[in-house]
Amino acid sequence: MHDLISALLRGFPIGCVYGLVAVGVVLTYKTSGVFNLAFGAQAFVSAAVYFVLHVRDGWPIAPAFAVAVLVVAPVVGFVLDLALFRHLRSAPPIARHVVSIGLLVGIPAIVVLALHFGTSPAYGPRGIVPGGLVVYRFGEYAVSRDELTTIVVTFLAVGLLSALLRLTAAGLRMRAVVESPRMTELAGVNANRVGSLSWMLSGLFAGLAGVLLAPLFPQVSADNFFLLIVAAIAAAAFASLSSLPLALVGGLLLGLIGQLLATWLPTGSLLAQGLRPSFPFVALFVLLVFWPGLRRRRESTDPLAAVDPPPPQLAADVRSRELTLLTRALTVVAAGVGLWWVLAVANAFWLLLVTQAVILSIVFLSVTVITGMAGQISLAQAVFAAIGAFTTAQLANRFDVPLLVTVLAGAAIAAIVGALLALPAVRLGGIHLTLATLAFALFFENVLVKVDWIGGSAVPPRVARPVLGPIDFAGDRSFFFLSVAVLVVVGSLVMLVRAGTTGRFLRALGGSEVAAAAVGINPARARVTAFALSAAIAGLGGGLLAMQQGQANYQADFSVGAGLFWIVIVVTLGARTVEGAVQGGAALKLFPQALKAVGLSLTWQPVLFGLGALTFARHPEGIVEHGKRTSLAAVQRLLDRRTRT
Amino acid sequence: MSLLVARGVRKTFAGIVALDDVDLEVEPGELVGLIGPNGAGKTTLFNCLLGITRPDRGSVGFAGRDLARMPVYRRARLGIGRTFQRVELFSGMTVRDHLLVAERARRGDGALWKDVLGLGRLRRDEVDRSERTLELLGLADVADRPIESLSLGRGRLVEVGRALMTEPRLLMLDEPSSGLDRSETDALVATLHQVHRERDIAIVLVEHDVDMVRGFVSRLYVMDFGRVIASGATTDVLGDELVRRAYLGGAAP
Repeated sequence: MHDLISALLRGFPIGCVYGLVAVGVVLTYKTSGVFNLAFGAQAFVSAAVYFVLHVRDGWPIAPAFAVAVLVVAPVVGFVLDLALFRHLRSAPPIARHVVSIGLLVGIPAIVVLALHFGTSPAYGPRGIVPGGLVVYRFGEYAVSRDELTTIVVTFLAVGLLSALLRLTAAGLRMRAVVESPRMTELAGVNANRVGSLSWMLSGLFAGLAGVLLAPLFPQVSADNFFLLIVAAIAAAAFASLSSLPLALVGGLLLGLIGQLLATWLPTGSLLAQGLRPSFPFVALFVLLVFWPGLRRRRESTDPLAAVDPPPPQLAADVRSRELTLLTRALTVVAAGVGLWWVLAVANAFWLLLVTQAVILSIVFLSVTVITGMAGQISLAQAVFAAIGAFTTAQLANRFDVPLLVTVLAGAAIAAIVGALLALPAVRLGGIHLTLATLAFALFFENVLVKVDWIGGSAVPPRVARPVLGPIDFAGDRSFFFLSVAVLVVVGSLVMLVRAGTTGRFLRALGGSEVAAAAVGINPARARVTAFALSAAIAGLGGGLLAMQQGQANYQADFSVGAGLFWIVIVVTLGARTVEGAVQGGAALKLFPQALKAVGLSLTWQPVLFGLGALTFARHPEGIVEHGKRTSLAAVQRLLDRRTRT
Repeated sequence: MSLLVARGVRKTFAGIVALDDVDLEVEPGELVGLIGPNGAGKTTLFNCLLGITRPDRGSVGFAGRDLARMPVYRRARLGIGRTFQRVELFSGMTVRDHLLVAERARRGDGALWKDVLGLGRLRRDEVDRSERTLELLGLADVADRPIESLSLGRGRLVEVGRALMTEPRLLMLDEPSSGLDRSETDALVATLHQVHRERDIAIVLVEHDVDMVRGFVSRLYVMDFGRVIASGATTDVLGDELVRRAYLGGAAP
């Protein structure tokens, strides 16, 4: 009994922080239709600013709190709305998700750069009351002053917010804007101003959660805040993304159950090691798939959204015959020059980089399938690649299977896992599917990677290079050729699928799911197929990457964070074309070299690509595709003028 | 044998009876209308027949097969086509693409391996078939225009064409005249008559517009408060006293 109560006492403040973030997430979702995945990053901003002012620069608590939470946090929310989300209100939901993922990648990197976090470790965050570690004893139970503060502040904040939404005219307007910003504007309400207000409010909640959460960890790090948002999303899902009080309750439950598991599960058992850290992800996944409140909920779209123009056609579909010939010729020339350079000029270091870029292009083609063709965002692509890599390693090391067979087996197993993941999640669609893939990816990272027959023991499993008959791919140069060959095969395959039945069905489903079903297309089947194909491509690429590196190194190559970054890069450059994926692979590997050459920190890479994803709002086809269209139009004009004179 | 048979279909929403033991039959090649005031249960019945809503009780059969628990897309493959009251088109696609997608859906299950082997590309006969439907509906001049550039009236014709490509034996039209003016409605009726003559498809029309129904269907069901209050030949039903009171406001039409 004593254990139970002290576990509850310890879980309560954590649950409060989860609840605060969940309330903020639900608030932005309700008032702007944006499921803000970058909410944890916003919390990180305030936590970092508070830490720098109070701990590093020695400001007193009150002004540091005022600046970090009351000024910086709402300003961040205000700026995000003004610069981005305001323009996305009637955009397709996928545009909003991509932008928030871009922010999730970009904001922490900006904070680290701006506050010089890289050089001095941010250890020892403190709470928002003096003497936060002072402990009050009630009989045999103890509560610290920090914990009490967290509880009081949380209930105060949520209470005030509920009152604001229910009882004031501003609250009524906020609720109207959610339904349809356009229609609300027709009724004479300034939707922009209402949106700003709600983003500032939710920013305030993020900031509050940030400074309250910080003392629970030994250091201020963006990763902690990323995990925080996952727990909070689970709580928001519990509230069916609509009820603020239920979001708070959900957060509290998560905090309490997490602590109970910590107390009651026998320490050291596999169950305890696995279930405890993964509890929020498991809870999120189960809630997404089974919670009836979410099932009834359709993704919020503006009834007047059809007024907006549709995404433009691919440049390749609209260009004239002579331009097509010209582009193809140029592509062949460029590929030839590239090959010549790699083989004749490049040294071992550059050969390695280019080979990695080629392999990553293969992995990125999986994003072309799932995002470009099926219109879904999967955050588990890195995990599918890891499954390919681990299968390759384990089958080869344990059963002496030839490596070219294991890498195909890796692709097949990734496809099966992808299909199994998609089966329950695919009918959710949109943001719910994205979150389910995120929950699965985090579960894999925190639990499955550590299993001996999956991710290997402490050392990453070694992987050799394959041999095919008389050809040995052990040399870097021959392996480069193998990678290029696989890229060509997979690239053509993606193009065939896009032009074939599956591609057509997926495009129709993206246009209107009910109409597609009404002509006899099975939506679930088409989407599961896309998922499995995408996972297989990622698995194949992952296996190749492991062979190239000589090991299947999860932390270095396949982490969830890396996967987020991959999505951001591909979507920025162009998720709808094969070229986009290839350019993504090149950018990921060659961009850091460019940064080094001009003497900039590598942190600039997530900043630039994170911000790059924001262009998705204006050019959903990717900036490369956009550039291509504009330049093609220019060349076409030139050609036309020639023929006329 | 009847093509479509609904027997004792009942549906309640949170205690409110939307459909109360509704019976409905459609013969092959027949033109049937379904009218009633707002909230009479027309749309609910429509959704129960198409598989969008599952009735609490009662059965729906099509061409001798029981449709219970059959999802929307399988009913479509059996030969039930439909259009939408608020047009549902595939944004970003041309008019021709709309027909080609439906044609492909009719032909096969879209196996991935066929695409991979390059068997998924457009074929000559698919294009020819879509061409014939475009001619029939008078859409040939806009075949390669993006769907967004079409007027609502023509968008609805694209929906009809898309449904026709699946070679339905029954076409269900959900308030096709909504949003159209008189002349557009007349043009639509003329086209539908032609479709019916050429393809001999049974058509069920859910409508508000009594004038459109009068000129088009040979048999009529009238619903009110979740029940069928009258059914029979169109002229008889529209002359019925009960129908006039429920639907037409009492005065003789």
